[in-house]
Amino acid sequence: MPNQLAAAKGPRAGSLEQLLAAKEIAIFCGSGGVGKTTMAAAAAAMVAVKHGGKVLVVTVDPAKRLANALGLEGFGNTEKRVPAEAFAEAGVTPRGELWAAMLDTKEAWDRLVRRHAPDARTAGRILSNPLYQNVSGKFVQSHEYIAMERLYELHSEGDYDLVVVDTPPTRNALDFLEAPQRMADFFSSRFLRWLTVPYRSRLVNMASRPFYQVADRILGSQFLQDIAEFFILFQTMYAGFVERAEAVARLLHDRRTTFLVVSTLEAAPLHEAEFFIDALADKRFHMGAVILNKVLPRYLLDEETAAVAERLSARAAEIAGELANGSGEPEQVDRVLREVAENFLNFEVVARREAEQRAELALTPEVVVTVPFFEIDIYDLAGLLRLGERMWMSHA
Amino acid sequence: MTDLLDRRLVFVTGKGGVGKTTIAAALALLAAHRGKRTLVCEVDDKGNLADFFETGRTAFRPREIQPGLWAMSMDTEESLREYLNLNLRVPLMGRIGPLARAFEFVATAAPGVKEILTVGKLCYEVRENHYDLVVVDASPTGHIVGQLAAPHAINELVQVGLVRQQTGWMLDILSDPATTGLCIVATPEEMPVNETIELAGRVEHETSVDLAAIIVNRVLPELFGRGEEEVFENLSEPDSVEAMSKSVGGEVEPIMAAARLAVTMRRTRAQHLERLRSGVDASVPMLYVPYLFARSHGLRSTRQLVDALGAELGY
Repeated sequence: MPNQLAAAKGPRAGSLEQLLAAKEIAIFCGSGGVGKTTMAAAAAAMVAVKHGGKVLVVTVDPAKRLANALGLEGFGNTEKRVPAEAFAEAGVTPRGELWAAMLDTKEAWDRLVRRHAPDARTAGRILSNPLYQNVSGKFVQSHEYIAMERLYELHSEGDYDLVVVDTPPTRNALDFLEAPQRMADFFSSRFLRWLTVPYRSRLVNMASRPFYQVADRILGSQFLQDIAEFFILFQTMYAGFVERAEAVARLLHDRRTTFLVVSTLEAAPLHEAEFFIDALADKRFHMGAVILNKVLPRYLLDEETAAVAERLSARAAEIAGELANGSGEPEQVDRVLREVAENFLNFEVVARREAEQRAELALTPEVVVTVPFFEIDIYDLAGLLRLGERMWMSHA
Repeated sequence: MTDLLDRRLVFVTGKGGVGKTTIAAALALLAAHRGKRTLVCEVDDKGNLADFFETGRTAFRPREIQPGLWAMSMDTEESLREYLNLNLRVPLMGRIGPLARAFEFVATAAPGVKEILTVGKLCYEVRENHYDLVVVDASPTGHIVGQLAAPHAINELVQVGLVRQQTGWMLDILSDPATTGLCIVATPEEMPVNETIELAGRVEHETSVDLAAIIVNRVLPELFGRGEEEVFENLSEPDSVEAMSKSVGGEVEPIMAAARLAVTMRRTRAQHLERLRSGVDASVPMLYVPYLFARSHGLRSTRQLVDALGAELGY
């Protein structure tokens, strides 16, 4: 893995700040629950404050809290500007503008259909097809595809200096990288034509007849016909889709685009992150940075302190006797001291496990940003910016 | 209310990263320990259920991985094949040709086909009494409703055909709270709690499956009892810290800092827990599983969870 990474890495950047100042698209990826959305928003806010320009953060599924933190009532497919008051409350005057949008998959699909359908009537028929609503939600990686598609749209409109994207949580990290290609493949598949043949020509050829017989018995022919009609309609958009998917793929490979992998130091997300880093290198995407979130404080790793904690626990009663006077009943002090010591040793186990995981990851040459465990949730822009400052200051 | 493990089919869902698979593994192992012939099935074929039992990869054909515990992973294509063999008895099978591609295609195009093959296989195992209990490491919160509601959806979409005839008995199994239940796994953090509350509502309105329990994973222990917080405050005073450091011959301050960190973490999480409790119908039991300060992530931690869950269930 390290060799591959070395081969695929872009120009070495020293910090997250430098990286984001140099790019136009920053795609945050990683498994669910690692704080990806918050990281993306914090990074976008920092760029807007420190570097100026128009910065847009596109999120997939923002907590209501994030919208509130940005001083917005909520936001949808259309971009909204974060109001000046939100920055004023945080005590900063931004050099640039911060905008936010949410990815509404359904609406984005509808727009895509309207754009690629040959005429308004076909678009109308597709949009009103009973299968469409279900299918647009469950299609071959439809969320992943639409996220990349929307990104392309935003970028080609040229309204922003930097677009920060928070990607959908995917079980398979590769899904959205491959989504444009898969979408193109899907629409050009011979099988699709084969399936829709009987409904176009009314002639079922010998090769496909057994399939239809079985399919009819299982699903009922009406249902099959609905599907076929839907795909025949969809095929009218084929050329547009393929062209578009290819353009999206090109944009993702463009050197103005960078990928940031967010993870915690827990085993499962980190495993996913490593897999992702590998895949990015393999496919020659620009791997900008690894952001490690919720990292426990370093003092937990101190072996001497661990020894002190053990002594503190062992001699708790004795020490309680020594200083009980001002602190409380000796038995209580004894118990508190043992609890406190045990707590340290508990967290030490976790911190050590994380440090080991981290050491393995340190083999990667990219920017590694460490964000400490934030004990409290972030409720406003000031909180986001505090988090952003930690990201900016962090060094590998 | 039927005891969780006395049901026949238990789905376990949760937001990614909350420990859904671990909990499913532990529930299944707990049932097996209690003498139930148990099948644990992982729905996601890229899942890592096997890791929690330190066993090799699971496949569609169940394999006994612990005494009384069988494990399998769902493969909807295999499920279709099995279904066709059982129901069609057609020599046609061999001539379908690219069944894999045909299936992949129809499954992609037709909403609910993959879901019905998954749910159908699980209900089939229940109907045929192959096991006392089937525990399902099901789809995550975002997809579970689609999975559980698939028989309804198919009923609406498909007017005739074999599939339609099949959905009736599945619905009977899924809708009976004495037979089937859903567990949502959450951690006391903002997003998992939000998703759990939202999902609980959707399960109620969009499916006929009974919400059997919410399992809260990684609950931090309360560090201090009544009045002890004050004692801790006093001990945190510089004079006390210095005296203690002198007495044990080393810096005590980082130990106090770690305790403050734990207290703040616990406090933030307690707020989310309260939100969860008040956001879900009071009749839904909540089981609390402690955060494991453990090194391992394999069978050992699964066993620790078995003990914790057993205690919560009153065994």
